[in-house]
Amino acid sequence: MTHHVGERVRVATRDHEGHHRTPGYLKGRIGTVELVHGSFANPESRAYGADGLPEQPLYLICFDRYDIRPDERAHARDRIYADVYEHWLEKVNEQPRP
Amino acid sequence: MERAVHDRGGWPTDARIDQSEHALADWELLSDALVGALVRAGLMNVDELRRGIESMPPGRYEQASYYERWLYSVETILTEKGILAPGELDLRLGR
Amino acid sequence: MSSHDRDHEHAHAPVTNGGEPVAAARARALEELLVEKGVLRRRDVRQMVDWLVSRTPADGARLVARAWVDPHFKQRLLADASAAALELGLDTGQARNVVVVENTQDVHHVVVCTLCSCYPRSLLGPPPDWYKSLPYRSRAVSDPRGVLREFGVELDDGTELRVLDSTADIRYLVIPRRPSGSERASEEELAGLVTRDSMIGVAQPANPSQADSG
Repeated sequence: MTHHVGERVRVATRDHEGHHRTPGYLKGRIGTVELVHGSFANPESRAYGADGLPEQPLYLICFDRYDIRPDERAHARDRIYADVYEHWLEKVNEQPRP
Repeated sequence: MERAVHDRGGWPTDARIDQSEHALADWELLSDALVGALVRAGLMNVDELRRGIESMPPGRYEQASYYERWLYSVETILTEKGILAPGELDLRLGR
Repeated sequence: MSSHDRDHEHAHAPVTNGGEPVAAARARALEELLVEKGVLRRRDVRQMVDWLVSRTPADGARLVARAWVDPHFKQRLLADASAAALELGLDTGQARNVVVVENTQDVHHVVVCTLCSCYPRSLLGPPPDWYKSLPYRSRAVSDPRGVLREFGVELDDGTELRVLDSTADIRYLVIPRRPSGSERASEEELAGLVTRDSMIGVAQPANPSQADSG
């Protein structure tokens, strides 16, 4: 488990050919680790009949507020949470948010 | 970055959400059960089901009903695995 | 991205002259083929159908009602939902993949699966059509307050709305806020107030005064 609760992370922006569970609207976005779920079989290889090993750590990330669509203003207090696999997360070097 | 058709978060739409519901038809329960039985038998997994759904041509994906997508995926995956011969289901239906 | 959003939400499958969807015949033919080939046994398929129709939101409601009356159970439920559910004799499906979250005075949760339709089926039964629909999957993240408004829920400005996108194998279930005026209700009566939609987060539970008193 590389990341811990409270850590700041960014979702990678790479193009991925084939099945993956990182939604486009979250790629490149920054957030904070909210929960460490443990490790799970990797869906990217399981989707093609492989066993999905080694298991990949999975994290619930609380994303910083941003406008997903330019015509829909995100409410100041609202947050998107999503489960992201470790191999899609990069550490962010910045001061922790208050 | 181009988005795949199934990747809907934030997809532009003004559509209101239709809150009407329908009880699952027998064929829909059957489709769901077939997937469940195949998964339990170790013949496919949920990630393959999703991948199969995502492989639908975008127009078809958007037009299809939920369980039509499941049937498409099961046929795709089982054909890939050689459990079904290509076109075998069509043949059975007399198409 | 398409500017024509062909949201045929309860897109009904193409129908034959007999009124039955073409997909229905396809599903049946698929079952026939797989049984003939010995890939599946018909009774395994029947068993799966039986399991599917046995799933209802009543199981989720029991968890919520117990959490409302027993704060220690609630903490166990929030910490490890599968283990807590077993205390009530409930099977959450696959082990360790249900996480329960709690609405409070300050925080409201709503659940979506933008990529497909992931949903805690073992505790809530099959998801409603709207949950699986393209507009919900799109707008639950980009305009969640607008979506809640359509469902009749208006949150205060001071309330934090947390949208949980079920992107992996974790399934989320919401403990809605216990309705005021329910202090004297029994656990069973409380369970009767907990609606499926309140456990998804698009509705509040029923009020005791709304519940059938006859």
